[in-house]
Amino acid sequence: MTLTLSRLIVALSASFALSSVFADEVQVAVAANFTAPIQALAADFEKDTGHKLVASYGATGQFYSQIKNGAPFEVFLAADDATPAKLEREGETVPGSRFTYAIGALALWSAKDGYVDSNGEVLKKNAFNHLAIANPKAAPYGLAATQVLEKLGLTDALKPKLVEGQSITQALQFVSTGNAELGFVALSQVYKDGKVTSGSAWLVPADLHEPIKQDAVILNKGKDSAAAKALVDYLRGDKAAAVIKSFGYQL
Amino acid sequence: MIEARFNVDYAAFSLNVDLQLPGRGVSALFGDSGSGKTTCLRCVAGLERASSGYLRVNGELWQDSATGVFLPVHQRALGYVFQEASLFAHLSVRRNLTFGFKRIGAAAQRVQMAHAVELLGIEHLLDRMPDHLSGGERQRVGIARALLTSPKLLLMDEPLAALDYKRKQEILPYLERLHDELDIPVLYVSHAPDEVGRLADHMVLLEDGRARASGPVGELLSRLDLPMAQGDDAGVVVQAHVCGYDANYHLLSLGFAGSTLRFQVAHTPLAEGKAMRFKVQARDVSLALEKPLHSSILNVLPVTVVAEVAAENSAHVLVQLDMQGTPLLARITRFSRDQLELKIGQALWAQVKSVAVLA
Amino acid sequence: MSLTGADFAAIWLTLQLATVTTVLLLIIGTPIAWWLARTRSRLKGPVAAVVALPLVLPPTVIGFYLLITLGPNGVIGQLTQSLGLGILPFSFAGLVVGSVFYSMPFVVQPIQTAFEAIGDRPLEVAATLRASPLDTFFSVALPLARPGFLTASILGFAHTIGEFGVVLMIGGNIPDKTRVVSVQIFDHVEAMEYAQAHWLSGGMLVFSFAILLLLQAKGRKAVVR
Repeated sequence: MTLTLSRLIVALSASFALSSVFADEVQVAVAANFTAPIQALAADFEKDTGHKLVASYGATGQFYSQIKNGAPFEVFLAADDATPAKLEREGETVPGSRFTYAIGALALWSAKDGYVDSNGEVLKKNAFNHLAIANPKAAPYGLAATQVLEKLGLTDALKPKLVEGQSITQALQFVSTGNAELGFVALSQVYKDGKVTSGSAWLVPADLHEPIKQDAVILNKGKDSAAAKALVDYLRGDKAAAVIKSFGYQL
Repeated sequence: MIEARFNVDYAAFSLNVDLQLPGRGVSALFGDSGSGKTTCLRCVAGLERASSGYLRVNGELWQDSATGVFLPVHQRALGYVFQEASLFAHLSVRRNLTFGFKRIGAAAQRVQMAHAVELLGIEHLLDRMPDHLSGGERQRVGIARALLTSPKLLLMDEPLAALDYKRKQEILPYLERLHDELDIPVLYVSHAPDEVGRLADHMVLLEDGRARASGPVGELLSRLDLPMAQGDDAGVVVQAHVCGYDANYHLLSLGFAGSTLRFQVAHTPLAEGKAMRFKVQARDVSLALEKPLHSSILNVLPVTVVAEVAAENSAHVLVQLDMQGTPLLARITRFSRDQLELKIGQALWAQVKSVAVLA
Repeated sequence: MSLTGADFAAIWLTLQLATVTTVLLLIIGTPIAWWLARTRSRLKGPVAAVVALPLVLPPTVIGFYLLITLGPNGVIGQLTQSLGLGILPFSFAGLVVGSVFYSMPFVVQPIQTAFEAIGDRPLEVAATLRASPLDTFFSVALPLARPGFLTASILGFAHTIGEFGVVLMIGGNIPDKTRVVSVQIFDHVEAMEYAQAHWLSGGMLVFSFAILLLLQAKGRKAVVR
């Protein structure tokens, strides 16, 4: 009886080991603004390489803390370039693996149709109660939003109306539930194939803020992972580029 | 007069009583546990909501389900003494006492603090907390507290049941003083014939939620058809008064209403004319066809046989006797009864071996 | 000490929130606790379950539903807007509403237990001593339930101090209005300001420990009495 059981266990383990040789999983930490694009890319990635993409979404600053404390991520898609660079300096990454996978764009968005005009004049009119942004200390898109307000000279006027979401996702949540009439979100969250998917938006011109260069990097935990290398290569490829651009990013 | 009619229907028990009780003195609700006496008392208080009920206390209508009248508990002019005192743990004795007192308004305060405190002997306890009192002390405070609401009816639910013998004996005199000094009618629940004999004027025997008998205490205790007569301490309680005292032999002479007969009891002196009760137990009464002379037994009295019933054990019979208008019970062996050829109406001599003076 | 003005503002705001919430809960929770302790109605079970929900629900669930309900499209949001009060998320009042829900069982349950421990007898005694039901509640039930109230206050206060998930969902991280200590710590960590995160967290740890010690001491004193 026990012999049969142990044979079964051996067989199962062997099949697991075998499957991992041929098709790996790669654990990816993904900045919240890239949620929709990575989900779109994951299916193609698996079809083309046989590897499976397992993603966790969150704020870039949060991921930094987790990675420093041993989180099992193998690849990190950040919302800025500063954080991957910091990790590189601190020896947490595979040297030479860092590259810019997208350049982010901001949108001023409202869930209500026609609320936000295509020039963003609604900001100056200041007829709203709450303007949502991501926490600038932890999310690069939040920082970019404050830079836009500064550039437009509206910081003092709008400061009392700011509400901060812990991530760009929560900022979007505040706006989509109507609790904030409008907010600065990542363009990729409300844009696809050349159109705003719902509500109304102002596509913020890139010259109003520091460029949001989003860098990817292979972390130490993914050093020997074939799947990690495959993902990075895939992201640099043309197929991925097309998908990424369709969400409003630059490359 | 107190008229009470209650119908209570619980899953395992029902109460169905129709009582007319005197509006003065102590009326006892007597019976075994489970007979419904506490439920009946709680219905009178309004703590139990009977499915149909009627209660009129000395002219005041407190409850009538037929017309929808129901005075809530806190609006009934009653005092309630619970079995375990139930003093408020967060208040001192003094503040327990004044709790009800200050809620009845100055005009209604007939019983005063000093009086109640002196009546129950609790002056030295006033500043203590309830958890620093003995059981007997707690109960006395509970009684005083109830009295201080100047109630029109005092309800007592087996107030001595939770006390040991010594404490009981300690409190009984206070209860007797209550009876003598205050003019408040009392409903007293008890399962102890001794307490009833000592304190009550009227009694109701409850069995399985029904009133089996109701009447003056002396009469009910002597009835052969009721369970009290079958008890080991069966006997009669006689309302008497002191006729005289023999200082030489320390003998108290007691007389009772409607009779020239006298009982002699060894006792400390009591004031002449003082009213008190005494108890004669059935097993202390023996019978003789002729007047026994030259006997050490003090009390030999002429009696007539009224009725007879077999005792629960097969060896004895209980005989009810008439003593110039007052009943007396005797328990003799069946053998003796046959020997004496006892008949109803027969004139005999009763020898009473021992008399218990109940204060 | 490397705590900034923003940190002290967060601490002060947190204390205010905990105090207001605790006071409100004592007022709202006492009648609820009394009803739960005394009722024989069939509604007792469901009501007790609703009160106890925050014990098992993740705070983010509470926060999420609050965000929807208090928002302009939700039942309460529409009510507050029609009353001219705007919406509750992103405001101190909104946090109070969230905290009241979140800490309710911590206040209601100890008070309920204390009321149950009283039993029927003292209340019956009070009635026979001419106290009306309201009078009985204030002169007998409340004093006898005092230990429960103390526990409820301490637990409610401490629990609100530590609240995070609900605040995160509906707070909006506004300084002096909704940026409480727990969120402030979170922000410091995200921004890699570890020294300040340590100071605030350490402070909260010491505070919570002191509270629990206080509760223990109180409990022991009650037994000795």
